[in-house]
Amino acid sequence: MTNAAAETRSVVVEREMPYSLEKIWRALTQPHLIEEWLMKSDFEPVVDHRFSFRADWGAVECQVLAVEPNKTLTYTWAAYGLESVVTWTLTPTSTGTHLRMEQSGFRPDQQQAYQGAKVGWQRFLAKLEQILARGD
Amino acid sequence: MRNAHDLLFKALADPTRRALFERLCREGEQTVGALTSRSGVSQPAVSKHLMALKQAGLVRDRHRGRKTHYSAKLDALAPLIDWASRMAGFWQSRFDDLEDLLKRMDQ
Repeated sequence: MTNAAAETRSVVVEREMPYSLEKIWRALTQPHLIEEWLMKSDFEPVVDHRFSFRADWGAVECQVLAVEPNKTLTYTWAAYGLESVVTWTLTPTSTGTHLRMEQSGFRPDQQQAYQGAKVGWQRFLAKLEQILARGD
Repeated sequence: MRNAHDLLFKALADPTRRALFERLCREGEQTVGALTSRSGVSQPAVSKHLMALKQAGLVRDRHRGRKTHYSAKLDALAPLIDWASRMAGFWQSRFDDLEDLLKRMDQ
């Protein structure tokens, strides 16, 4: 038996920053600033707003799930078969802000996510097959 | 780990095996007979492919009466599509750039 909860994966990156909540919030939510450290986007801090991040290598399709100014920001993140949710949490500290990013992914038994993963997987395998064929 | 990956890659590099694996992923548990009916190859060939998939840890079998049922083990792919470690690196460097930006915003 596999444990469904254990199959949910997530990535957490957190850092203490000597900057105010308001300033970090601006960097997380204003497209001209987001572009400087993440990617180009048509983000708006509005729940349900659909937007995308764009880079040379492709795009990430997103939708805003939750906005609490200077506190928390959550959006979906779908790219290359990865269906996930990104949550930013800002907590004030004595020297600035504790910034936490958590990206939670799908479980392999979730059909919708699997369909997405399959596309990337098939492309990967097709390439692999070519490489293996050359090796013969 | 290296050998486990080799086994996985080899098992999935064969188009017939990959098709069998994909069907198990899509349609759930099936008998060898059911898998053979739409595979375009003989039952012994299907059994052989399933054995290779099993050795690679991609499928599990379950004996029930005289029939063997196969199902996909999707978690076997986890080491290959370990997005978590890739994304961790991505976000670490994004955090670096964010800090650079915040520093510049000071001025």
